[in-house]
Amino acid sequence: MDLIAFIFYIFAAITVASGVMVIAARNPVHSVFFLILAFFNSAGLFVLLGAEFVAMILVIVYVGAVAVLFLFVVMMLDINFTELRQGFLQYLPVGALIGLVLFTELVLVVGSWTILPGASTAITAPASAAGTVAISNTHALGQLIYTHYAYPFQVAGLILLVAMIGAIVLTLRQRTGVRRQSIAAQIARTRATAIEVRQVKPGQGI
Amino acid sequence: MESMLREYLPILVFLGISVALSGVFILGSLLAGTQRPNPEKLSAYECGFDAFQDARGQFDVRFYLVAILFIIFDLEVAFLFPWAISLGDLGLFGFWSMMGFLTVLTVGFVYEWKKGALEWE
Amino acid sequence: MAETGVWTAYGLPLAIIVLQIFAILVPILLSVAFLTYFDRKIWAMMALRRGPNVVGPFGLLQPFADALKMLTKETIIPAGANKVVFLLAPMVTMTLSMVAWAVIPFADGWVLANINVGVLYLFAISSLGVYGIIMAGWSSNSKYPFLGGLRSAAQMVSYEVSIGFVIITVLLCVGSLNLSDIVRAQEKVWFAIPLFPMFVVFFISALAETNRPPFDLPEAEAELVAGYQVEYSSMSWGLFMLGEYANMILMSALTTILFLGGWLSPIPFAPFTMLGPFWFILKIVVLLFVFGWVKATVPRYRYDQLMRLGWKVFLPLSLVWVVLTAGVLVTFGWLPTTH
Repeated sequence: MDLIAFIFYIFAAITVASGVMVIAARNPVHSVFFLILAFFNSAGLFVLLGAEFVAMILVIVYVGAVAVLFLFVVMMLDINFTELRQGFLQYLPVGALIGLVLFTELVLVVGSWTILPGASTAITAPASAAGTVAISNTHALGQLIYTHYAYPFQVAGLILLVAMIGAIVLTLRQRTGVRRQSIAAQIARTRATAIEVRQVKPGQGI
Repeated sequence: MESMLREYLPILVFLGISVALSGVFILGSLLAGTQRPNPEKLSAYECGFDAFQDARGQFDVRFYLVAILFIIFDLEVAFLFPWAISLGDLGLFGFWSMMGFLTVLTVGFVYEWKKGALEWE
Repeated sequence: MAETGVWTAYGLPLAIIVLQIFAILVPILLSVAFLTYFDRKIWAMMALRRGPNVVGPFGLLQPFADALKMLTKETIIPAGANKVVFLLAPMVTMTLSMVAWAVIPFADGWVLANINVGVLYLFAISSLGVYGIIMAGWSSNSKYPFLGGLRSAAQMVSYEVSIGFVIITVLLCVGSLNLSDIVRAQEKVWFAIPLFPMFVVFFISALAETNRPPFDLPEAEAELVAGYQVEYSSMSWGLFMLGEYANMILMSALTTILFLGGWLSPIPFAPFTMLGPFWFILKIVVLLFVFGWVKATVPRYRYDQLMRLGWKVFLPLSLVWVVLTAGVLVTFGWLPTTH
């Protein structure tokens, strides 16, 4: 157990430290790298909790996809970030206020959270005794999400749809005067439309 | 719990060793090779003449769109993983629940296709 | 007394783990070295040349000569580059291609970390592969690397999606995320047979993920001179090369596990079924040969064709196949259950 506690403190310390560095780093690209480090260490913490599936999904979705997007944005925007940073103290009260509101909301949500009676044992049991119970926590999740929580699951699908449409509406620009490859047209070409055979007499051009 | 974490310990050690090993490679070449830098050698490559401007300019917004679409499909795959392995215990309701989810996203996919978001030129 | 307690509780298991890790890493690094030789010999034969044949018998020592050369060359760090990130990028590529091996089962029970979510772990590692390239492209502060890095990021990300769906079809037939379970589920029939189209999609996506020809757009010698690797030299470039080849072996191993029955023997009786690791390695070598073969024969894709193939062909195809597989398994009641 000592080793686990030790590893927990290492992960937790690195998570907090890199979290601080995300807002303290001068270069925004470095901030994103610290964010990635923080994600990794939180994944480590999830593994320590026994939530293997969530840990891996955290790495796949947040590090593998969301942080790539962040990097694109940060690299793409040609903004002078040191200039932006100068108003830091000015915005501090507003930021603190928003942080406070979010925190209270989170507390309220957690306080009023009710877990399905059967669900809590199904989810926590494999984590607490993985060796003895045959069912893994991915199975446990799978058995709940698609049946008990079918409606939230469908809502998640709709949110993804909205995100997809929103992204396209916001970023899609049609360029004019671009010549596209039309594969169907290429394949549909026949010998008759492509080649013309001419008799060329000697001494005369075409 | 203990037995599960025991499976993860080698990964942690493995990670440490691989980081150390790749560090050794880099450090080794820094030490073993002769380092004689000069300004010409250190300038950014640009077909023989000096770079006109900083390389980190703006680029096509399409890359950004691809990244967003990737996130959405990645999440979709993330939802599919637990479903795929526990489908045997879910029964028909679980199956149709996922089919509903996939239909919604297929609508989005068809939309982006028709809009031409997948076109590159 | 207390010290011996600590030794038996932590020291000894740790020492065993370290030994096991080196027992995996050293052969991997050696096979990466010989893979470069193997690859060059394949291209040479396909082009009716002789390939490396000067250093050592049949040129077998060529990889070591290359390694020594790389080690003694000068490491050039461009003046405008972001030094830490610049040196970190090849390390990231190399590290990722090595850690993935922790969960690969070489034979029944021969696995370092037999975690429940092995497939997810590999999927996560392969989705991180994009970072080495983005970091290299950005930190070089030069145009060609930057463009190469961006392209490569978009490319890898696009094929990641279809790889995900293909993995789902395999998981539907298995009912577990554990890699050893996946291999055991193929005792009756290798998944390459019932899921043949997915096998093809997966292999082609693997080519794209490892930036191998015909999808080597990020390097694209012809237009981007070498993409994200332009500013790299000596061993920091060597690590990219090592990482790329180690990734090729890894993707072949993953293909073998998912579709070709891992360590299972194609000849199902006694003396042959004992040779688990042999079959596993043989299958990997065959796949690696195909990697080299494709490079020698297929012309490079254009970028719009590459994106079209990923998003408009592989993605719908694999999505339909997921639904189809699930539908067939549900209707005929062939699904694996835990109870």
